[in-house]
Amino acid sequence: MGRQLQAASSEAVTLSTIFFVFLKVGAFTFGGGYAMLPIIQREVVERRDWVSKERFVDLLIVAQSLPGAIALNSAIQVGTRLRGVPGGILAALGVIIPSIAVIMALAAYFLPAFQDNAYVNAIFYGLRPAVVGLIAAAVVNLGRDILDHWISVAMALALLAAVLFLKIHPIAILIAGGLVGLILFRKKAV
Amino acid sequence: MLLYLCSLYGSFLKIGLFTIGGGYAMIPLMEREIIVNHGWLTAADFLDIVAVAEVTPGPLAINAATFIGYRLAGPAGALIATFGVVTPSLVTLLLLGNFLMRVILDPRAGRLLKGLRAALIALISAAIFTLGQAALIDLTSTLIAAGVFVAGAAWRRLNPLYLIALGAILGLLFYPY
Repeated sequence: MGRQLQAASSEAVTLSTIFFVFLKVGAFTFGGGYAMLPIIQREVVERRDWVSKERFVDLLIVAQSLPGAIALNSAIQVGTRLRGVPGGILAALGVIIPSIAVIMALAAYFLPAFQDNAYVNAIFYGLRPAVVGLIAAAVVNLGRDILDHWISVAMALALLAAVLFLKIHPIAILIAGGLVGLILFRKKAV
Repeated sequence: MLLYLCSLYGSFLKIGLFTIGGGYAMIPLMEREIIVNHGWLTAADFLDIVAVAEVTPGPLAINAATFIGYRLAGPAGALIATFGVVTPSLVTLLLLGNFLMRVILDPRAGRLLKGLRAALIALISAAIFTLGQAALIDLTSTLIAAGVFVAGAAWRRLNPLYLIALGAILGLLFYPY
């Protein structure tokens, strides 16, 4: 990896700029982490030239391969690249502060006031199946990308049976999937 | 209370550690930890929280952790659950960022992740069975789920916000008042 570790324009970027850029991303993107990624790209690649386009693709691969929220992982990497550990911490705070503030305000003041309201009950009656439908759509969309080989399909089916019938813990299933992938995909196209 | 908060931190740390590949990866882990193992929430409560987490700004995993933490232990619970779910990101990326980038771009890591993602599909599919029982309670709710599923699978770039809003509107119109 002969690539430079820090962006060329890093000297000019202050910690407060990093914080406020990610605060804005955190506060104004609705619809989860995937909806945030194009906004992060616009802010840090197109508008500010903090990270090159190619580097941003690498950051996204890392963000999706490590534990944690993808948008948060992307933000920490951009912040760290610009200003080391303090930059990473401020980018992380920028992304999560709006979440914490909005959710705590909702949980503390808004939702209790509408408990047992017929219209709110009606909204949640519609929201619950909508969420199930969304999760099912996410499975199909993920499956189109991932299940491109019969080994992956067989693995997913076997592991589904293991969860449904043997009630094996999800973490054990993930570890098993990773290990089996490491062994079985050795000579196949990855 | 302190013991409870520690247990909350432990659960969300575990969830954060194995949420690899975004918010939906967190759903089967939360379902097992929060609903099945600890009995902290019902499946219906959990779905309500995911719906609110989808329509509020910020990543799904963070929003859901803050909300569940608040429901279980107030403001302290909200902060502790959120901190638990972000700890793995902070530790790995602040300390090991450049090293991990080399590791992840290695083909062996690619094979491991490919297997892990196949497992993830199995896990999320299994969670749909459990959560579906709490949400698909009559013909109308089943049709709402089916409609959102078809729209979400057909237009994969569609922001989930719109589909959640659609669910809310259909709920208001067709709720058996």
